[in-house]
Amino acid sequence: MSANPAASAAITPPLWLVAELTYTCPLHCPFCSNPLDFAAQNDELSTADWIRVLKEARALGAVQLGFSGGEPLTRKDLEVLVAEAHGLGYYTNLITSGAGLNEARIRSLKEAGLDHIQLSFQDSTREVNDFLSSTRTFDLKRRAAELIKSHGFPMVMNCVIHRLNIDHVERIIDLALEIGAEYLELANTQYYGWALLNRDHLIPSRAQLERAEAVVAARRATIGNRLRLLFVVPDYFEGRPKRCMNGWGTTILCVSPDGTALPCQAARMLPNLAFPSVRSSSVREIWFDSPAFNRFRGEAWMPEPCRSCPERTTDFGGCRCQAYLLTGDIGATDPACDKSPHHDVVLAAIAAGERVPERPLLFRSPDNSRRIMQASGLRALESPRSPR
Amino acid sequence: MTDSTPTANSGLPRVAPLYRLQWEEVQQAHVLLFPEGMVKLNASAGQILLRCDGMKSTATIVAELENAFATTGLGADVKAFLEFATDKGWVEWLDR
Repeated sequence: MSANPAASAAITPPLWLVAELTYTCPLHCPFCSNPLDFAAQNDELSTADWIRVLKEARALGAVQLGFSGGEPLTRKDLEVLVAEAHGLGYYTNLITSGAGLNEARIRSLKEAGLDHIQLSFQDSTREVNDFLSSTRTFDLKRRAAELIKSHGFPMVMNCVIHRLNIDHVERIIDLALEIGAEYLELANTQYYGWALLNRDHLIPSRAQLERAEAVVAARRATIGNRLRLLFVVPDYFEGRPKRCMNGWGTTILCVSPDGTALPCQAARMLPNLAFPSVRSSSVREIWFDSPAFNRFRGEAWMPEPCRSCPERTTDFGGCRCQAYLLTGDIGATDPACDKSPHHDVVLAAIAAGERVPERPLLFRSPDNSRRIMQASGLRALESPRSPR
Repeated sequence: MTDSTPTANSGLPRVAPLYRLQWEEVQQAHVLLFPEGMVKLNASAGQILLRCDGMKSTATIVAELENAFATTGLGADVKAFLEFATDKGWVEWLDR
């Protein structure tokens, strides 16, 4: 690969490294961001591979590091990787369901230099939490939260928000206060992978969303800095696309369990991009020289209405994955934008949410993943253009 | 004991425990790191926060900066930044 110095000069460093250590997870959430065919991805990077990736990315400027998955606690070498990352000067974030966190484990993570733990809940109630994760994990998560606080870690509580829990937002905020979280991420569902498959079950009504927004605004005003409320943009309802990943290949480098390097976790299913692997390329080559990471940098790729839109520098045309999943064209304007000629698919999805879904809720499990692949319906299920 | 009110300028400012101040070579800047976030600081903000160790008063920090950069009259700017940083939660105040 040859580096073009002029082009390289304009490329900003990968400040965030998302290390998806594994797709193994004891939970089965139907909005999981992992790919639908995760069960086919068994070839996880070794400890030595990950250490090399950590070093190479740090040298390029990566400083925020998220250990994610799957459930990263299922990796026995997590402490080794945290210690390595800490020594390199990363700020280390563990993104966990809490499953597998116990006194011995959290003690060794603290000793390794872990900086912060993000703990997910699926709801403020045991019933909905345990239903959505398809596991009895609510009480386990409460105990995990106690461990996190008793060991002096800052904590982000994360809750994916959708039709089945959005009316509990007030109680979810109360739960975050109760467990002593410093941040609560109310993560409105982003419709990729399993969440797109289950969209008709998950998408809230506009009225539900407006009620939740009012609750968040009112509570934010009274709570102050003690608990910071982050409300992830529900882009289907906004009329404008999100500033996805802060722009393709500008800030975030995601490395998936098998070493495939991606500009975001969802990008793996995009066609004809030949995403490079850390097994065969250095992080520097991947970030600066690979055609995949360069594909949507800058503005030259943009179609109308983005190309002449004054907001193109704000949202960069939105999300490439969403454009592909909803229009079949990876280079299209994100249909979340009401200027997109395909915006009607988003409006139709909102309208479909008002009806009783035709398909049952499909939980994320290795069996369901294999079933989807065997039916060779992966593409068909992901593409709303296919017959339902 | 901590007092996080911005009027506590008689106290001793320190970078709040939730935040980590660090020099980043690639960015040629000090940054504040916190759960899943980062603030890139300009040179003045970096120099002020470097001195917020919970042992120096605002007056001491101003004097140190004026000495280090061979200048005078930094008091108002330093105070304004510390109020901003306190409001953001980056800085908290210890009793003397």
